Amino acid sequence: MTPDFTPVTTAPEGYRINPLSGAAARPARGLAGPLSAEISAALSASPRGEVSVRSADLNLPLLERNDILAERNRGYFLGRGLVALNLVSSPGAGKTTLLEHTLDEFGLKTRCAVLVGDLETDNDGRRLHRPHVPVAQITTGTVCHLDAGMIARAAESIDLDGVKVLFIENVGNLVCPASFDLGEQVRVVLLSTSEGEDKPLKYPPIFKSAHVVLLTKIDLAGALGFNRALAVENIRRIAPQARLIQLSARSGEGLPEWYDFLRSLAPTS
Amino acid sequence: MESTLAAVRREAVARNAAHVDRIVLRIGVLSGVEPEALRFAFEACAPGTIAAGAELAIESVPALAFCTTCGCEFAAGPGFICCCPGCGNLSGDLRSGRELELRCIEFTPATP
Repeated sequence: MTPDFTPVTTAPEGYRINPLSGAAARPARGLAGPLSAEISAALSASPRGEVSVRSADLNLPLLERNDILAERNRGYFLGRGLVALNLVSSPGAGKTTLLEHTLDEFGLKTRCAVLVGDLETDNDGRRLHRPHVPVAQITTGTVCHLDAGMIARAAESIDLDGVKVLFIENVGNLVCPASFDLGEQVRVVLLSTSEGEDKPLKYPPIFKSAHVVLLTKIDLAGALGFNRALAVENIRRIAPQARLIQLSARSGEGLPEWYDFLRSLAPTS
Repeated sequence: MESTLAAVRREAVARNAAHVDRIVLRIGVLSGVEPEALRFAFEACAPGTIAAGAELAIESVPALAFCTTCGCEFAAGPGFICCCPGCGNLSGDLRSGRELELRCIEFTPATP
């Protein structure tokens, strides 16, 4: 028998109550608190089966758009038989200078390409320009990192035929690039002797994600009073997984070890 | 956050939901995602979607590392330094802490 009153009321919170069935048809907010799952399960299991907030366990990795594009890049690079390295550091740690030397020496025998990111100017792209090296400059405007979409477009803009090693020089920044997978196989984090020995302790996420850490400008360590042993200790504590190479692009010290490492990534060349 | 809401919508629609009332995310402390920024984005993106007005719950996932010497899993210490409490060895083998997951949703089913 149907009760004789208006069946639907609107609760102050905005959800609707239908006293006829007793079910909140569209509650504006769900159950909260530590026992919410148990409460909602109990409610769902009530004999009338009408109060019905249901729960679904999903455990679904949230692939953000960048991660999807990064995986596509990774497959693209793999399919072309090239290894992509993402070089990350603070501004001024020596990424471009290291790449200049790398292209002039290692790059003579192994075909390399470079994608380089900055907020403005194509200064780095012009510095890295070599007749034998395809280079694309990405100017990000106000964006503090490169993302996988920029890499996909930039990689399509250059001729990757025969390229074995693709260097991606990220925007100088030790924070945001840690969160943006570009589809690289190897992440290289640079720390220069003109920075503090404790940088790895201050910026753990980027160092945690490093496959290789390069301690750069070691020729300046003495003049700067930089404690190399302490820096190495800090790198080891934060990033024990990473291979550590100490070098100076200017003096050439340590570069052979860097080139050997690159050769180990691209053995067919 | 937009892709999170897209996943929520997809899963909710597949379960014949009329409305999503609660979303639980698992966010690793090393994921690079800041929970407060996520909440801010959720408040901005959720209105007008199936999850409008839903509660956003965020479970923080600690950084856990594995010690190959002791065969044990342990929580990273302060500053994310992973020093095994058993043997003192440093580990670079992170087993958790980078998660970005939709753990569960609670929803009101559509009336048949």
